[in-house]
Amino acid sequence: MTLSLRMRAAVLSVVLFLAFVAIWELAVISNSGGSGVTGMSAEYAALMGATAKGASAMPGPFTVGEEIWKHLSDPFYDAGPNDKGIGIQLGYSIARVFVGFVLAMLTAVPLGFLIGMSPLFYRALDPFIQLMKPVSPLAWMPLALYTIKDSTISSIFVIYICSVWPMLINTAFGVSGVRKEWLSVAKTLEVGQFRTAIRVILPAAAPTIMTGMRISISIAWLVIVAAEMLVGGTGIGYFVWNEWNNLSITNIIAAIFFIGMVGMLLDLGLAQMTKLVTYED
Amino acid sequence: MSIDTQISVEDLKRTFPSPDGGEDVTVFEDIWFKVEKGEFVCLIGHSGCGKTTLLNILAGLDAPTSGGVIVDHEEVTGTSLDRAVVFQGHALMPWMSVMANIAFAVTSRHPDWSKENIQKHCQKYIDLVHLTGAENKKPSQLSGGMKQRVGIARAMAIEPKIMLLDEPFSALDALTRGSLQDELLSICYGTSQTVFMITHDIDEAMLLADKIVLMTNGPKAKVCEIVENTMPRDRTRANMHRHAHYYPIRNHLIEFLVNRSAQFEAELSSKDYDPRHPPVTRPGLTKPSAAVAQATDAPGGETETAVQALA
Ligand SMILES: Nc1ncnc2c1ncn2[C@@H]1O[C@H](COP(=O)(O)OP(=O)(O)OP(=O)(O)O)[C@@H](O)[C@H]1O
Ligand SMILES: [Mg+2]
Repeated sequence: MTLSLRMRAAVLSVVLFLAFVAIWELAVISNSGGSGVTGMSAEYAALMGATAKGASAMPGPFTVGEEIWKHLSDPFYDAGPNDKGIGIQLGYSIARVFVGFVLAMLTAVPLGFLIGMSPLFYRALDPFIQLMKPVSPLAWMPLALYTIKDSTISSIFVIYICSVWPMLINTAFGVSGVRKEWLSVAKTLEVGQFRTAIRVILPAAAPTIMTGMRISISIAWLVIVAAEMLVGGTGIGYFVWNEWNNLSITNIIAAIFFIGMVGMLLDLGLAQMTKLVTYED
Repeated sequence: MSIDTQISVEDLKRTFPSPDGGEDVTVFEDIWFKVEKGEFVCLIGHSGCGKTTLLNILAGLDAPTSGGVIVDHEEVTGTSLDRAVVFQGHALMPWMSVMANIAFAVTSRHPDWSKENIQKHCQKYIDLVHLTGAENKKPSQLSGGMKQRVGIARAMAIEPKIMLLDEPFSALDALTRGSLQDELLSICYGTSQTVFMITHDIDEAMLLADKIVLMTNGPKAKVCEIVENTMPRDRTRANMHRHAHYYPIRNHLIEFLVNRSAQFEAELSSKDYDPRHPPVTRPGLTKPSAAVAQATDAPGGETETAVQALA
């Protein structure tokens, strides 16, 4: 009996996962078998200072699994500023990413249209884009905090800045690459500029624009964790930082899992939307 | 300009900047010819002689370097819904269904029409090119010939005064091409549509055209002569070759494509050629012996049949 490639891949995935869990568990057991601190590196022990004592702080996979389950079964509790459910923290992060992303979309797509349609603007704006694009969005954070003063708006601004470039560049690229003959068709039919933009250029460039959006949302999700670690208060990034201060490695690993899940879902959602606008030529 | 002239091409010249920065390349110059109302005119010339460039200027998509095109007593300065174009590639929007592609054109012509009205109008033209049942298919789901037919239906659906077709059947096999030619012919004759069509296929030109404009090779291409098709309009693909005029016209055109189109400069010097009035010939009416003579010693042979263009 031969299984389909898909089935075999799924089986292999499960096997790899089980092997990973087993190695992890074994490593943790053999570590905690030693007498506490000796299992850690000297540096790590120093970092942990006085609080590091007794059993290994490194949890096993089952402890983490339990923790994840606990978070999942009560994701939205709110017990003060330093103790909120993981759902609430993720919600804050997602909301910030969403607002920053939408604002970036609202500027990048029209501006990208302009750049893509006008060789003049393309050349004029190109040096700025080339200069700004490689700057880490976190480099903007101090400037944002200084000028805006509000930490939430600052992190939204950072999300905005990091999402804007991929969308801008892809929109401009998609728009400038619209086949000349389609524009000629619109022209011979005396279609107005606005209708041409909506009915011809937008659908023609949509797959490229959506690819830009997909890149943007992935970067935004990477950046929000770091941004929230910096500004603190709420959000999954802050949660991770807070758990580091609490020395709850279990919660940090659980958070890594949730960050990965949300990132994957965001990407899947946009991939699905890209499919809707993709056309076969 | 006579009352019935629909398109008058006058002293047209188009240059492009040379790719290596040298002197501009003149694609064609001194182009003069006319298309009467209801006439079907084919333009024949070798690849690269500037046919598409000329058609784009007629459509208003491109501007001539000098000279101009007069359509219905007005100079062409831009595109118009009165001149529909069928492009060399089919140029359908791949994200729109067959119906939506045609409806896009019809809505442009009749922005005030209701949805049902537009739908009904589109359906009429979809049926006309025998695509009934394919309304909701996307272009990628159609064969090459079907795509070409959608392109033609889209152009016809706006009921233009003039149809401009750029090698609409070039990508097709002989069988499909034949049936599409028949369809086009019956539609155009039925509505006495003015058509200007580019082709490199001699038989296609002889079947479809009332007048065949011969363009010499570029650069600096010119109209070498205008051949009148003297076979009756009810000719068909099946019976055309039996007509007495068929072989004389065909030989004349082949002679042009094989020899004269490249040696036109030499031919020019041997006779008085006036680009304003390119010679009009009727090879179908020459005596068979003359036609043979003409085919063997090219230049000068047709002078007895050459008729000056009516000014
Ligand atoms: N935008 C352009 N810039 C520079 N040169 C051009 C441009 N468009 C066309 N040409 C040149 O003009 C000449 C004529 O091109 P055109 O497309 O009109 O040829 P054609 O007769 O339609 O050929 P074919 O039968 O292969 O379609 C070619 O030599 C081409 O290189
Ligand atoms: Mg061409």
